[in-house]
Amino acid sequence: MSERGRLLLFVAGAAGFAALLLWGLAGLPAFGDYRGPYGDVINASAVAQRHLTNMASAINFDYRGFDTLGEEYILFTAVTGLALLLREIRSEIEEAPRDASPNRDASDRSDALRWFGLMLAGFTNLFGLYVVIHAHLTPGGGFQGGAILGTACLLVYLAIGYRAFRTVSPKVLMDFADATGAGGYALIGLGTLLAGGAFLQNMLPLGQTGDLLSAGTVPVINLVVGLEVSGGFILMFAEFLKETRKPSREKDA
Amino acid sequence: MNFLPYVVAAWLFVVGLYGIITSRHLIHLIVCLAVVQSSTYVLLLSIGYRTGAGAPIFANVPPGTPAVDPVVQALALTDIVVGATVTALLLALAVQVHKRRGTLDPNRLRSMRG
Amino acid sequence: MIALQAMAFLLVAAGGTAVALTRDPTRQVLVLALYGLLLSVLFVLLQAPDVALSELAVGSAALPLILLVALAKVRGREHE
Repeated sequence: MSERGRLLLFVAGAAGFAALLLWGLAGLPAFGDYRGPYGDVINASAVAQRHLTNMASAINFDYRGFDTLGEEYILFTAVTGLALLLREIRSEIEEAPRDASPNRDASDRSDALRWFGLMLAGFTNLFGLYVVIHAHLTPGGGFQGGAILGTACLLVYLAIGYRAFRTVSPKVLMDFADATGAGGYALIGLGTLLAGGAFLQNMLPLGQTGDLLSAGTVPVINLVVGLEVSGGFILMFAEFLKETRKPSREKDA
Repeated sequence: MNFLPYVVAAWLFVVGLYGIITSRHLIHLIVCLAVVQSSTYVLLLSIGYRTGAGAPIFANVPPGTPAVDPVVQALALTDIVVGATVTALLLALAVQVHKRRGTLDPNRLRSMRG
Repeated sequence: MIALQAMAFLLVAAGGTAVALTRDPTRQVLVLALYGLLLSVLFVLLQAPDVALSELAVGSAALPLILLVALAKVRGREHE
């Protein structure tokens, strides 16, 4: 079918689809008129029941912690699949890679850039850890904090170079972090099973609302998820970056 | 204003689909898929919104003040991170396709070759 | 507040259209980073700080970087 025919078919199909979709969406309550009931139930009772103040974290890691286990494993599987796909390329190319653009001036980065990048990477790491640890108190959690921690290492790559990036994130450590995060979540669930409760039941002492060590297993699960997400992101970056690296450009310390 | 969020979500979906269908570069196609994904986040958060309510964080306010729905927020926030990872997996597939076929144009990648 | 939210929705719709209609992948990545920022602003206005944090970290920083590296790898092979 020609490209123009395909486009006409799409326009017809999209018009019908949009009409049906908008007709279906018109049956929803008006914007701003949320009728509940689950959101209201959780907002009213979660603070007293679980001693935490972040409702989205309560749902993700306590009430529906099992679903988040599945989501974390989707992430783990995607990272594994990516590593599997890109590994095949590296083993086939054995000759020395040529410089793709020999006329480009691959100069060193300026000192100001390197200093600023290092400083910013330090702050970003700290901020990522803060977001992970305060999951049950303020907006944040393992997923957001893990993504921030992953980008902190990437800042090192941008500011300084590939070798520095590999130094701050050695492959063994990242593999270990990813695997520990993925397995740790299931181990916490099995631990609560062994302790006599249900799988992933919140069995640790709940503490006082507002403390850093409150809400039972929620901060522990967040640490594990943050480990997994950050390890996964850095592994993904490393897999992609390993391919584009050309040795003639390596001038960094 | 009552219907605008739903129209925006439907529009984002359709425009992302248009980008996918008329794409001439596989990586452009993958980014349009990310736009389609974002339409679902907009729809979810619009469903859970309550006029005049605050965020579902009760760190400084007593529990009982009106707040928006936290369930859809919990759905959306894990979905964003996991969706980005799956997009990276698709990119690895695209890189492999380029290695084997030499092109990233969907119009020229018609047949499957062993 | 209502006007602010309406404007944010319209900006997000415009941003999504811009992302889909930018054909060159390199330019599209930058537009995607800007679109991620617009989405996070919309999420904050919809009283969802968790989701906004997630979208900002992923959609404006991590995803465009992975895209750029993948593009560099594809372009590097084209020159051989």
